[in-house]
Amino acid sequence: MTMVYDEALDKFEPVLGLETHVELGTKSKMFCGCKTTFGAPPNTQVCPTCLALPGALPVANEAAIESTIRIGLALNCSIAEWCRFARKNYFYPDMPKNYQISQYDEPLCFDGYIDVEVGGETVRIGIERVHLEEDTGKSTHVGGATGRIHGADYSIVDYNRAGIPLVEIVTKPIPGTDRLAPEVAKAYVTELREIMRSLGVSDVRMEEGSLRCDVNVSLMPRGSSEWGTRTETKNVNSLRSVERAVRSEIERQAGILAEGGKIVQETRHFHEDTGTTTSGRSKEEAQDYRYFPEPDLVPIAPDPAWVAELKAALPELPSVKRKRLQAEWGLSDLDMQAMHNADAIDLVEATVAAGAPPADARKWWMGELARRANESGVPLSDLPITPEQIARVTELVASGALNDKLAREVLEGVLAGEGTPDEVVERRGLQIVSDEGELLAIIDQVLADNADAAEKVRAGKIAAAGALVGGVMRASKGKADAARARQLILEKLGVEG
Amino acid sequence: MSAITRDEVAHLARLSRLALTDDELDHYATQLDAIIEAVAKVREVAAEDVPPSSHALPLTNVFRADEVRQSLTPEQALSGAPAVEDDRFQVPRILGEEA
Repeated sequence: MTMVYDEALDKFEPVLGLETHVELGTKSKMFCGCKTTFGAPPNTQVCPTCLALPGALPVANEAAIESTIRIGLALNCSIAEWCRFARKNYFYPDMPKNYQISQYDEPLCFDGYIDVEVGGETVRIGIERVHLEEDTGKSTHVGGATGRIHGADYSIVDYNRAGIPLVEIVTKPIPGTDRLAPEVAKAYVTELREIMRSLGVSDVRMEEGSLRCDVNVSLMPRGSSEWGTRTETKNVNSLRSVERAVRSEIERQAGILAEGGKIVQETRHFHEDTGTTTSGRSKEEAQDYRYFPEPDLVPIAPDPAWVAELKAALPELPSVKRKRLQAEWGLSDLDMQAMHNADAIDLVEATVAAGAPPADARKWWMGELARRANESGVPLSDLPITPEQIARVTELVASGALNDKLAREVLEGVLAGEGTPDEVVERRGLQIVSDEGELLAIIDQVLADNADAAEKVRAGKIAAAGALVGGVMRASKGKADAARARQLILEKLGVEG
Repeated sequence: MSAITRDEVAHLARLSRLALTDDELDHYATQLDAIIEAVAKVREVAAEDVPPSSHALPLTNVFRADEVRQSLTPEQALSGAPAVEDDRFQVPRILGEEA
């Protein structure tokens, strides 16, 4: 029986650990010159080296080494002065060599940290190591009822992904997160993703597998200092799933422990549909990898001067940038957090850079556009509209050519592929009615049609003017300047606004 | 007396998915023993001032530039595969029915 989350946390304290894999965005693979394009037809990006044909030898991709060192530096790690690749031997067809080139006890980067913000608190997450390895091929399991590996009749393998540089980032154990454990895990992966993005080393798309996360969870009874047995949950492929996987594993383990049971150290699989985990292969057997130094590759000894150069050239990191922008834009912690959660900060920044006032840029991205992204179930950044276009819309509003309602229609047109904001204004005829004569004619008509309301306003009930302004807006199909219309109505009725 | 036990050979065989008979387990234990003994001779000449090494050449930092080179065609890549389906290598069932 699983235990409900709050009860589980009353009895137990979680200890987390996160292993994150990041596929680097290099042009070619880690040890050969094959392309790394996602979604290419099967086995079109393979060569004798990544297929392990006899006589082929690997040579390390310098850009991948550089990216890994930059990641290490951004995560406040020390960089190894000397380290080697290692062979991780295992019998599984996702690597044609029967081993994966990885790093074992000599990672390229080690002993760092990052700070993440959760619920207004800063949590420091220790980084154990950052190492470089090669990604594996992609297996599809055929036959059986479930399409999963168990019960399959056979498997078919595409080696396009085999050999793409893959960076593994491992945290130190994270105790003390208490009830916030799921949020801390999510905040950590989010921060990591943003750091990767700011470094430009990976496109970090979880849905395409270029950012993947394994979640380790163990529980100890409250008051105990001895950590429990941990499980490792794989297949956690979205930020939301990171949070759900931690929560679900806490509930499951608490249920077992409360009934006097023991946690089995094992790999578990997360299922998006149910939000729960199921048992995978047992860990002890899988761990006999017989690592040894890779004889086909010479050691790496990064020149300290090069490392210093890379460090000096690191971009402004996301957490620093957020603090700077928050001060520049004069936003509260809460507003900034909301933008961060919506992945809107970079978009707003780019919109401001294109000339929009920060408040307007934020209003559109966090309001109308967030709503539309949410409706279509896509990230904000995938909406077919650019920060420059939003900036143009705010400019048109500021100049009085558009009001907010018309601006929303312009955005709708741009999103529908009708062209630039100016083209949409032109094609849909969305210019505001700025011709005073035309506006006055509409007002006269509205006043005539709404004599009751007009009389109320005349008698001093200013609030009734709202209905008249509404009438003008309807009559002008939203193209009137509402503030000006209100002013003119009040003037005509002889009252002070 | 063997330094390598029969159980160790059985364990290695299982990791390599090799089916060995009892006789073969004994046979390979003796052979592996001889190999390890031969390799261990290095210890006799190893001196304090010689650090252990994994590579024969005193080289570091051999890198290639991040440049794309021609890959094989799928036909070439799959030409040696015992079985092919959908331009992919077909392999026997990976795990048993244990789960």
